This record gives sequence, structure tokens and C-alpha cells, in this order.
Amino acid sequence: MTPLFSVRDLRKTYGGRIGCTDVSFDLYPGEVMGIVGESGSGKSTLLNCLAGHLAPDAGQVFYDTRHSGMLDTLRMAEPERRMLGRTDWAFVHQNARDGLRMSVSAGGNVGERLMAVGARHYGQIRAAATDWLGRVEIDAGRIDDRPSAFSGGMQQRLQIARNLVTGPRLVFMDEPTGGLDVSVQARLLDLLRGLVRDMGLSAIIVTHDLAVVRLLADRLMVMKGGHVVESGLTDQVLDDPQHGYTQLLVSSVLQA
Amino acid sequence: MTQDTHYNFAYLDEQTKRMIRRALLKAMAIPGYQVPFASREMPMPYGWGTGGVQVSAACLTPSDTLKVIDQGADDTTNAVSIRKFFEKTAQVATTESTRAASLIQTRHRIPEEPLREGQILVYQVPIPEPLRFLEPRETETRKMHALQDYGLMHVKLYEDIARHGNIATSYAYPVKVQGRYVMDPSPIPKFDNPKLRMAAIQLFGAGREQRIYAIPPYTDVVSLDFEDHPFEPSKANHACSLCGADHTYLDEVIVDDRGGRMFVCSDTDYCATRQATGAAPAQTATSQPQEAQP
Repeated sequence: MTPLFSVRDLRKTYGGRIGCTDVSFDLYPGEVMGIVGESGSGKSTLLNCLAGHLAPDAGQVFYDTRHSGMLDTLRMAEPERRMLGRTDWAFVHQNARDGLRMSVSAGGNVGERLMAVGARHYGQIRAAATDWLGRVEIDAGRIDDRPSAFSGGMQQRLQIARNLVTGPRLVFMDEPTGGLDVSVQARLLDLLRGLVRDMGLSAIIVTHDLAVVRLLADRLMVMKGGHVVESGLTDQVLDDPQHGYTQLLVSSVLQA
Repeated sequence: MTQDTHYNFAYLDEQTKRMIRRALLKAMAIPGYQVPFASREMPMPYGWGTGGVQVSAACLTPSDTLKVIDQGADDTTNAVSIRKFFEKTAQVATTESTRAASLIQTRHRIPEEPLREGQILVYQVPIPEPLRFLEPRETETRKMHALQDYGLMHVKLYEDIARHGNIATSYAYPVKVQGRYVMDPSPIPKFDNPKLRMAAIQLFGAGREQRIYAIPPYTDVVSLDFEDHPFEPSKANHACSLCGADHTYLDEVIVDDRGGRMFVCSDTDYCATRQATGAAPAQTATSQPQEAQP
């Protein structure tokens, strides 16, 4: 089986400071990988490098494209990378406001990616938007409301709908449950788990919440100071942490 | 023709005109592409057509005949002051006849009379960037133009339909030029959009925004739309009260304070020409005022 996404020796520095370094991993189709670590450990830098939002200083990021197999996304032409970014890839921001157009209705937000790849039939765009709002449990009657009229949890679900409408194969998520209260978090996680399973998505989830990775991720990478200090199956890493930092991380979770 | 020695021909100095002509040539070579240029301060405020005036000044020759229109009319403030400006600084002949003019500067309209080869139509443009209100970052919109990343333009049209049931954008309706660049045709009514494919040269000047763009003759210009909501040029559903034309763009004029109104051609030259050749309204088209209730 060939990996869907393959990273080799990725490095990003900010001047003399290390963002992340020596990151290599393979992600297989249908697999969900979690990246955990404390603030400033390089999780978000890594995710932004992977998704093409930041240019890494060294390394390769291969993606198994539908038309021509494994390609290094860092050496792709920009139009091609943008196309990938809005068809086969999705990016869920921590703050829904970063990923949504707040002045455009919910339907327009969901339809934007479709229109960007050439959909020009209003009825079909609207039907797809209605369908997706249903899938993320937003009432179809709210389709013409602006996201600013939505609650935080609804905005986050809308952002997910907007990203998944083109049927991507790889989803990058940056703290998807950050800033939501616990019951809304649970509902969102449930929804995400269902979508990931149903659509056979591969995902890379950055979070500091170990409960989120326990629930969603098959594999786990633990980062500290820009380095990957431990990686393996989620249960293995969380139940039998080897590295000192991982042990600290696991033991510092409050038991409810 | 005697030259007023207080002014260089057509006001601008020769170096400035050369700079603008270079921008114009580039704009003609890449239809719909916004070419930056070093816009000068003009002796009129921004919004009065400083971009159009600079383009006109760079194109005028002593043998040209100039026509200036504002919303179709030859006799409004903007048109009169710009016409006077060029009469004074370039001593060119001026006219109100679309047919007789070799260079027409316009604000917000395309003349009804089809233009022919050899004529130049200069538009005054307030905001050249069609994506401005969708994406405020100029760095980003430039990238979007470069990569032909125009999905956002349809989001605007989608919002129109979602909110109003049809595409409510009625002026400055976005067009795609020769299958490549999405362009703002300046705030002309969308009724005029089909005329953008024409025999004359069309030049667009935005003074404050420092951009020039162009549509060469016979370039394909397509108004953006949806398959199930096609583009429709719209106008008031009336005939002109003065000349009876039912195929022209109309202005609504309120004639009294009791709801009386009339619709007249916005292109004054076209209307006057038709009246001179004997065209008249079929019946009195002025709507009757409401009966005053005691």
C-alpha cells in the first residue's frame, strides 16, 4: 500500500530559532494522525508547512495526486497547489472566523469551493450547500444567514461543511475543538469521527487536548521544541509513554 | 489652429503622455489587465474623471473631435467642465454627435449609436478592481487575477440570488474579457454590457487608483452568470417619452410633486437625433398623477 501523504526531513526555522525540524512520516489513506505538544512546540508551524501556508526551509512533502501520482507539493506550481488546496485538501482553522467569510451567507460559504472549481449552476450549488448543512447538523432554514449570526459551535461546523463539500481526501485540522465548551466539543468530535469514517478521510489533527486524539487519531506524534520526540499508535503512546515529556504530558491530564 | 501658449497641448507634459501611452499599449496587448501608471494630479477633484481625462489627454491629437458624456448626457456638469477643459488646453473641435466624434470620454454609459472602427471610447473608472469588496487585500486580488482564481466573483452573484431571487447587480456588472481577465466595466448599467464587444477601442482610466485597462476592438466580453440564472441586460419597462424609442436605456425623471414621472433616453444625442428625424412617442407616455384625495 502506498502512502497518501509522505513527509521527509521537513525543517522550518525563524531566523536562528527552530520552528520544527527533522520531521518525517507517512500517512496512509483513511488514517488519522494526531500531533500533540505544548504551546510553542512547533505543531502549528508544522501543520502550516504541510498545508502549503508556510514555505519550509528544507525537506519534501509528497502527496499522491489523483492524476499523476506522488508529487512534491513544495515544488508544484502555485496554481496547482492552490487547486489541490481547494479540492483534495481541506484546512480547518482553530478560529472559525479565519476559515469563513463572515460577510457571506452560510450557503455562499459552503458553495465557494464549488464555484472556485467551476460549478456554475445555482440550483446545484444550493442543493449541495443544503445537503452539507444537514450533514453538519445545521438547520437548512439558516442557509441565508451570515455566520456572524451563528454560535461558535455552529461556525465551526459550518467551516467543516465548507471544507468537505468538494470531497477532499486529506484534512488538516488546527485545534478544531479549541475555544468550544465541553458539550459542544463532544458533539463536534462525534460529528468529525462520523465524517472521517464515512468519507474515508485521512486527517492530520493538531491539538493539545489528549482526549481529542484518543477519540479520533489512529497514530500520534508528540512534539517538543520543534522535534518529534515520540510517535506510534495512539493507545500505545498514551498508555505506555516512553519519552520523559510524553510521560509528563499524559500524567498532567486532569481526571474528571 | 492657434495654440494657447500657457498650456502644453492637452495639458499634460510630453513625458507624462508618453508614460500613459506606454501603459495604454500594454493594456491593449493584455485585454482586461489592470496596468499601473503614475497618475498625475489633475486640476479637478478625484471622482470627476481624472483617470479618463489623463487617458484622453494622452490620446488626443489636434485633428481629433471630442465628445464628452456623463450618464449619457452631453449637458451635465461633469461633461461640460471636461469638454471646456480640453477646448482650452488642446483647442480640439468638440461635438455632441456620437457619429462625428473621434474620441469620446464617457462616464457610466456607452452611447446608443454603435461605434465604428477608428473611434476611441474612454471610460472614467472609480474602482477598477472587480474583486475589491470581496477581497480587500490588493496583494491577494493581484494573485487571484494572475492565477485566474475567480470563484469569489460568483460568490457575489450567488449572494445576490440568495438574497433577492435574481442577480441584483445592475451596474458595474463583472465581465470576463477574452476568456482570461475578469474586469469591472466601470459603473455602466448592465444594459450596456452586451455593447462592450464593439468596433471601437475602449480605454479605461482610474486616476485615484492609478490603473489603466483596455478592450481592443472585437474582443470577446462575456458577462458572468449562472447556467440557471443567465445574464439579462435590464432597463425600465417603458418607451422614451420624447422620441418613443423602446430599445434604449432610460432615465426616470420626476416631473412634479404628485408622483408624476416620465422616462426619457439617457443618451441625449441619440434622443435628439431621433426627434430631429421625426420620431415621436406613440401616445403620451407621461404617467398621470394620482387623483388628490379630498
